[in-house]
Amino acid sequence: MKHLIDILDFSVEELQELIDTANDIIDHPKAYSERCKGKKLATLFFEPSTRTRLSFEAAMYDLGGNVIGFSEAQSSSAAKGESVADTAKVISCYADIIAMRHPKEGAPLVAAMNASIPVINAGDGGHNHPTQTLADLLTIYREKGRLSNMTVGFCGDLKFGRTVHSLINALSRYEGIKVVLISPEELKLPSYVKKDILKEHDIPYVQTSDLESIMSGLDVLYMTRVQRERFFNEEDYLRLKDSYILTPDKLNNAKTDLSILHPLPRVNEISVEIDSDPRACYFKQVLYGKYMRMALILKLLKEAGNCEY
Amino acid sequence: MNIDAIKNGIVIDHITAGLGMKLYDLLELESLDCSVAIIKNVSSPKLGRKDIIKIDADIPINLNVIGYVDPGATVNRIRDGFTIEKKKLELPEKLVNVLFCKNPRCITSTEQELKHVFKLTDRKNRIYRCLYCETKAN
Repeated sequence: MKHLIDILDFSVEELQELIDTANDIIDHPKAYSERCKGKKLATLFFEPSTRTRLSFEAAMYDLGGNVIGFSEAQSSSAAKGESVADTAKVISCYADIIAMRHPKEGAPLVAAMNASIPVINAGDGGHNHPTQTLADLLTIYREKGRLSNMTVGFCGDLKFGRTVHSLINALSRYEGIKVVLISPEELKLPSYVKKDILKEHDIPYVQTSDLESIMSGLDVLYMTRVQRERFFNEEDYLRLKDSYILTPDKLNNAKTDLSILHPLPRVNEISVEIDSDPRACYFKQVLYGKYMRMALILKLLKEAGNCEY
Repeated sequence: MNIDAIKNGIVIDHITAGLGMKLYDLLELESLDCSVAIIKNVSSPKLGRKDIIKIDADIPINLNVIGYVDPGATVNRIRDGFTIEKKKLELPEKLVNVLFCKNPRCITSTEQELKHVFKLTDRKNRIYRCLYCETKAN
């Protein structure tokens, strides 16, 4: 049974297949509007994440399917002490595919090991969030026409930002990728990510705390939010939260075809004045996330022998 | 000092001196009813000093535990006084309930029935990571 727990569960070829399907959905939405008729997606959200949940639900509805599920642990059997393994077995009797969000790292993997239907990791704590990476990849592909031979800047919280780690992991398998890491000292990319991914794949990278100095060399700028929930100390959060605020003047030296991405939600790290700049891609990224989730649902159901595709 | 040769059983030889008791604990040999001998600091031409464990019964042994704790050890299976099998060990690809994840955000921290599984991710540097949260074993 094929699941998506980690972005590396999919080969480069499989990712391209998803991108091709998503592009076809964008071009021919009606052709897909009944592909999942009679199928049910279970959205098991053990912690609230309105945007990701709605994206999955919109994806399933756009495929003509139905959605069941819950949006917080209190309204599930977990509140009564049911294990993730048992929940996965029970839901397998009701639905055709599961999208699971859980605050504990590894919970979707446990679900996948026990479910008899495909499981999609919709975020497990600070660990993985592969469908966000799918959204990022489609956005870059549609903006650049490729996923290779480009310089990608990651800016902000590179220490706790799981979307950054996942995207670096995904891009590491493409040719000609260069990485620029822009963060304050305290939020630098962890050394194990540098060692296990960047050095392992011989990906050239530079680290800096100065966004403007490297702006002109970037093809993609991936901004991130400094997340309050990752700090034990409020003072540290307050000191670091405004480290990088992207304003129009900081884009003076940027390429005209720069693509600015952000996994959202944004707080203040991208000025709203940037929203009207044609280089701002973060709201398109949200839409592309839905299309990639549609492509993913189709692929996993097909592989489970549960969809004609 | 002499320990009688065993007729049917297992001899774990070439254990790095000092690791014998650790293996005894991890292999849960205290639960056996048969005779078990731990011989510490035996002179060894190859190792200088070594530990040896002799088990006077042919029982199933978790080779992964020995491979993880002391990959240089050898496991000899004895039948009718003769060595019928001699196994050299290496780092196992997977460890089940040998290492325990200490990450408080890992699913194993709240689901007590889950087995703690670690996989070998870097053989050269002996690095194991939790199957669920990928936290590195200490």
